[in-house]
This record gives sequence, C-alpha cells and structure tokens, in this order.
Amino acid sequence: MTDPAWIAAAMTGARPQAVGALLRYFRDLETAEEAFQDACLRALNTWPKNGPPRDPAAWLIMVGRNAALDGVRKRARQTQLPDEAAISDLDDVEDRVVERIDGSDYRDDVLRLLFICCHPDLPAPQQIALALRIVSGLSVTQIARAFLVGEAAMEQRITRAKARIGAGDAAFETPGPVERAERLAAVAAMLYLVFNEGYSAGDNTDRAQLSGEAIRLTRLLLRLYQTEPEVMGLLALMLLQHARAPARHDADGRIVLLDDQDRGRWDRKLIAEGLALIDKALRHRRPGAYQVQAAIAALHARAATPGDTDWAQIERLYANLERLTPSPVVTLNRAVAVSKVAGPQAALEMIAPLAERLSGYFHFHGLTGGLNLELGRHEAARVAFDKAIALANTAAEAAHIRQHLDRLAADHATRSGSSGP
Amino acid sequence: MLYALLCYNDEDTVWAWDKTQDGEVMARLAQVRAPLEKAGKLGPSLRLLPTTAATTLRKSDPPLVIDGPYAETKEQLLGFYIVDVADLEEALGVARLLADANPGGAYEIRPLAVYNPGAPMAAGG
Repeated sequence: MTDPAWIAAAMTGARPQAVGALLRYFRDLETAEEAFQDACLRALNTWPKNGPPRDPAAWLIMVGRNAALDGVRKRARQTQLPDEAAISDLDDVEDRVVERIDGSDYRDDVLRLLFICCHPDLPAPQQIALALRIVSGLSVTQIARAFLVGEAAMEQRITRAKARIGAGDAAFETPGPVERAERLAAVAAMLYLVFNEGYSAGDNTDRAQLSGEAIRLTRLLLRLYQTEPEVMGLLALMLLQHARAPARHDADGRIVLLDDQDRGRWDRKLIAEGLALIDKALRHRRPGAYQVQAAIAALHARAATPGDTDWAQIERLYANLERLTPSPVVTLNRAVAVSKVAGPQAALEMIAPLAERLSGYFHFHGLTGGLNLELGRHEAARVAFDKAIALANTAAEAAHIRQHLDRLAADHATRSGSSGP
Repeated sequence: MLYALLCYNDEDTVWAWDKTQDGEVMARLAQVRAPLEKAGKLGPSLRLLPTTAATTLRKSDPPLVIDGPYAETKEQLLGFYIVDVADLEEALGVARLLADANPGGAYEIRPLAVYNPGAPMAAGG
C-alpha cells in the first residue's frame, strides 16, 4: 500500500532531479517534460501495486527515459508498442539505476534546469513563471492564480518564454568552476524573486505559497552545493524573513511594521534554522549580499523587543551591503538604521540625494513621510505620504499610508478647530 | 534499562509540512509523551534541524571541518552529546576537545529545532 499523498509528495520532490536528468539526455525541454509526465503516469499505476521505489527520482528518470525512447522509436517505425504489462523492465529497473545515478550527477542537472529559467532576455515575471512551471511543476492554473492573471494569459506567457529560451542556448557540458559560480548567482537571484513574490503578497494565500516553494528549492540547491556560503546566506535570509510572516499582517490584512509585530508569533523553528545557517556561512569569511542581508535579519530575529535591536550593527551591515551591491534602495534601508542611531534629520539628509532616482518608489516617499512626521513637519509628511499612496503596490501598503494621512488630517482639523474663532 | 529511540524519515517531506500539518503531528506526539514523562519513563526528546544546517568535524589529524552532514556509511552512530553554546564556533570547540580525548571517526554538529528536557532519569548503563 502506497498512500496517494506520499506519491504526490515523492513526485514533487523528485521533479527537479528527474526533469533535469531527462533534459540532459534529450537536450530538449519539451521532450524532457513529456518523458517525466509519462513516468509519473506509470508510477501511479505501478507504485500502489509494488510499493514505493527506494529512489523515486532514479525510478522516474529511467522509466521516463525508456518511455521517451519508445516514443521516438514508435514515431520512427510507425509500429505498435507493446502494452503496459509487456514492458518488463519496470520492476527490476531500480537497482541498476541506483548504481548509476548518484548525488553528484544531480547537482549540475538541477542547476542547469534552474538556470535555463534565468535567461537574461526574459523579464523577471517570466523567469518566475517558467521556474514554477518547469522546476516546481505547478499547473498553469495555479501559477495564473498566484499572479492574479487569467489562465490563457499565463499559458501564453509561459509558451512565449519557453520559445525564447530555446533548447540550443542551454549549455549541456559539465560547467567549469567559473561558469558554475555564474549559474549559481543567476539561479539564487531568480529564487529570491520567487520568494519575494510570495513575501510581498500579504494575505493572498495562493501567492503567499510561493515563499514556501522558493525555500524548498533553495534547500535543494544547498543540499547539492553544501559548501557555498551565499546559498547558505540566501536560505537563511528567506527563513528569517518567512519566520515573521505570521506577525506581518493584522486580522484585517493591514501591514504591521517590524516594531509593532507580536514577536511571540514569529516562527522560532525557522529562526533557529536561519541563525544556524548564517553561523555556518560566516565561518567561510567569503561575504556576499545574501549573507549580509541574512545577518541583518538575524539581528532583528535575535532582539526580544524592538528596543533590544542592535541598530548600530545593522547600520554597519547596510554600509557593507552598499559596498557589495551599491543601489539607492540599499541606501534607503541604511537610512532607516541611521534614523534609529543618529535621528531622523541625519536619515533625511542621507536620502535627499536619492529623491530623483527614487521618485517612483513607494518606500522612498513612505520613509520621507515617516521621518518628517518624527520631526513634527506635518506638511512635508503629508506631501510625501500623498506621493506614497499613489505608488502603493498592494492594498495593505495603501491602507498603511492611509492611516498616517487620516491621523495627520485629524490632527490638522483639531488644531485649526482650537485656533478658530 | 535505558534505550534511545532514533527517528528516521524523509526530511524533505517532513520540512515541507505546513504549520497546520506540523502542529497536528506535534500535538499527537505530545499526547504520547505526557503520560510517559509523568511516569518518569521519558527523558530528553528533540527534533534536529535539517541536514543542510549541519557541519561535520572529521577527527583526522588535524581535525577537518566540512559543511553538511556526516555522509559516510562505514561507521555507525555510537552516541551523542547535547551542548548549550553561543554559536557554531563554540560547538566546534567542544567537538575538538572531545576529538582530542577520543580520536577516530567524526562528529556531526547539528543544531536543534525543538528540545524537551523530559523527566529526570537515573543514570543507567
């Protein structure tokens, strides 16, 4: 007896390795995906009868490969295939395969599969959609629902993305160290995009699940590349941010800022794992952007109350991050830490030069408003919040700014009321 | 007689459980644990973090620190220690002291996700 939930989980778990290996054999994404589908159909017939195989990925690769080769032969000869029962190698296939396929073969297969989704010609939303379809095996319906677009539109987006990457572009030779590092960096960036899709979704559950999927794939990547500090850093960053998810929104779906979150609702298991991973990564003394961001998230996770936060250390880490990956958004984040250490005026001075480049960025105006509010400059705060609300990406972000504006308006009314005749 | 019950399962599956699933399993286990603990039959129980969080100290000369779990199959699990330390570096320090006292083999240093101290138990052996 093999329970259907176990079969589904085993297929999802084995998918990146299996499709990756089949892609190496056939050098064609469409064929690899079809072969995997075929193997899954046969597994649904065979596993409940014969019990689960010891290595589901190896089973699916061998059976998928045979099925696809049969298909090729069938098309070539136009002859009848033997029926299912006559295919004798389904049962005893496993032991032989297990000897031939071990962990080190999977490494580059999985990396290649993830990497073809990161084609530089593809805009980020297409990379994400493609990865969720090909690597995670989510249905077009599931992906469309997560992105709040129609199914037909998503189908078209994925088809177009697949056509664009073509099969010829992916390098099938075993990558050298430099190329492998480049692939890892591109894949890490793409996985973080998937994570952020879910993270920024708030309480939209279909999309919020993307964070969990990104964590699952990053864990797989780390298992394959155990000594890469940036992969440790990326997984730590995701886990530490994801740990705060239960406290990030109130019952009405409104954003709760870090300082106001109920820290008792943070997921301690995820925090423990994140802290352990960042500890491991830092031992390598090969700093990178994910490790630094994870170290910042770790300082928040370690603070029992907002008052315990080591803002001075966070400010130093953001200064590091600015050196590693200079960007106005990083400077903006550093300014938040500066406001805690040196006050709102110092932070405003730091972000003033960014005004032009970040004029279309929600968080720039939100922070400008917040800092002016702290300084008691209500008119400047109102102007900034007005700009922010027009640029809000989600209903929750808009509602958060609305609260500030309403409070400012009420405050203004009270004051003009008391000074009136 | 004291026994250790060692838990094996597929970590990908277990760590993919959502909060509800995880909570249900933990609640069922807590129900099993409670009466055993009350009867003084259950000592410490714990849940390890995934193998991706592990570091291994190979007890060669000099000892070698390797990322990841202990992957060899020619040695067997002979025992374990629980230590309460500030970070991985301090845990590795303890492992090095133990390695000096007892060379050969390896220590896998795996952080814990959950620790239940259980009932105090008499030393056995």
